Amino acid sequence: MTRDLQVQTIYGLLLAGLLTASAVLVRQVDRVRSDEPLREVLYIPSPAVVKRMSLGYSGLLADIYWTRVVQYFGTKHRANAKEYLILEPLLTMTTALDPKLLPAYEFGSVFLAQKPPEGAGNPLAAARLVEQGIAANPQSWRLYYDLGFIYWLELKDPAKAADAFDRGSKVPGAHPWMRVMAAALAAHAGETETAIYMWTNILNSTEDVELRANGQNRLRCLRVDSEVKLLQDRVDDFTQQNRRLPSGWEELISSSRLRRVPLDPKGYAYQLVGGRVQVARPGLFPFITRGLPPGQEPGDMPGEKGFKVTATQ
Amino acid sequence: MIGRLTAIAFNTFREAVRDRVLYNLILFALLIVGSSVLFGQISLEINRIVLINLGLTAISLFGIVIAIFIGIGLVSKEIEKRTLYTLLAARPVRRWEFITGKFLGLVMTLTVNALLMSVGFFAAVMYVSHGLGRGDLQLVTAIYFILLQFVMITALALLFSTFSTPVFSSIFAFAIFAVGTFAEDLRGFSHMASGATRWMMSGASYLVPNFAALNVITQVAHDTAVEPKLILLNTVYVLVYTAAVLTASVWIFERRNLK
Repeated sequence: MTRDLQVQTIYGLLLAGLLTASAVLVRQVDRVRSDEPLREVLYIPSPAVVKRMSLGYSGLLADIYWTRVVQYFGTKHRANAKEYLILEPLLTMTTALDPKLLPAYEFGSVFLAQKPPEGAGNPLAAARLVEQGIAANPQSWRLYYDLGFIYWLELKDPAKAADAFDRGSKVPGAHPWMRVMAAALAAHAGETETAIYMWTNILNSTEDVELRANGQNRLRCLRVDSEVKLLQDRVDDFTQQNRRLPSGWEELISSSRLRRVPLDPKGYAYQLVGGRVQVARPGLFPFITRGLPPGQEPGDMPGEKGFKVTATQ
Repeated sequence: MIGRLTAIAFNTFREAVRDRVLYNLILFALLIVGSSVLFGQISLEINRIVLINLGLTAISLFGIVIAIFIGIGLVSKEIEKRTLYTLLAARPVRRWEFITGKFLGLVMTLTVNALLMSVGFFAAVMYVSHGLGRGDLQLVTAIYFILLQFVMITALALLFSTFSTPVFSSIFAFAIFAVGTFAEDLRGFSHMASGATRWMMSGASYLVPNFAALNVITQVAHDTAVEPKLILLNTVYVLVYTAAVLTASVWIFERRNLK
């Protein structure tokens, strides 16, 4: 080996060693600063200032902010966070920088609307965000669709949901059943049958695996709501006639009010506790509004990760 | 005359291509475009938008940096090396020919640069979109507007180079680029003022280069068409503005004592 080659080899090894050492040190620094990415700091709170500072390259900055939204939400979601303090301002910043960035409205509203720890639990902010999106993109019928869902499922306001679906149905190219939904919600606000109709439509109009699974889950929960109401009517009828609570399902079967012990969509027998019908395993039905054990509110159960409302043509 | 202009332009181009910093910048821009593919994957549902925004911004910003850093040295370097006097005295080259030739040479360099970067950019778009469609023609419009930006900023850098040091020229050029992106805002502000302030503000807003209208990156990222009228008006505006800046450069350079 010539002297020159030896020197080159020493330099090469030294460089490789130093770079490796610096990488190890960076990892150590990252460990020390492990909570840094989670900092609830906006740095520059004004969208107008950020837009000016972008020197016209606001699209790229919006993408960076959107990526930060996704990373922020994902990190907090994994940590089962109860608060998402800067989620709304980050979304406001993103959409101010690029008002045409539709995924920011569509997914951002879902992030905002869902109850903690699935989301920020702020459906009003979600509705505001989508309304802003509609103002900037009036030809996007999907935004009206998202808004309708937020009003219907999260804010329990079928009248406003019907209005959103109705406005969306007038946009050229809108999904035909937007009009049907508007009419159904306006006529039978909040009825289980309306909900079943809606989710069946979603299930039939999409190939998205995740959305289909979600729709099937929703339909199962609606079936539970419907069955619990029916069973409770029979129990109440028995109580009224016999002036006492039934001791179990057998008494309702022997009095010809039921044919057999009723089973929920997952195959577990419904429970009859103190004259109240309830499901055996509430965790299996995250969206039910009836049949919950006493003290448990609808939406309390940890179940699937919320809803994803994206229709396909 | 054409022969002399061509000779100066090609010489400037060759010098720039020989410059290693230039190669590094191209490589870096291509790396940025490549990384945008990766970046797109962590940005839920907006892979293509991220790619277009990042790719075109990289092409634009790197081109502007190259234009400024090479543009500011075009005249001063020749003066420092004492080659300018020889060139102007020993050969029948007029001062306006020298300025115009240098300008054309740098614009040629930037065009070649931008084309190389665009090849990488379209390859990345093809990778993400699994092919190219008719709508992607809008991307060509955005790249054309970026080239128009280069033409203006090159002329401005050259203008500053005729009367200032490289350091101050670069500061002036970056500042004028930043101010130019606010040209539309300046016009808006001027409407809020009154009297002489209004006239001065308005005059200043028309004097600075209108870079804002040349940035359609966000628009094309959303597949929104650029109006043909805007393409025509921007082209004519850049030609007129550049001609004005080059005239000012030649005027200053003609009065300069190079001995």
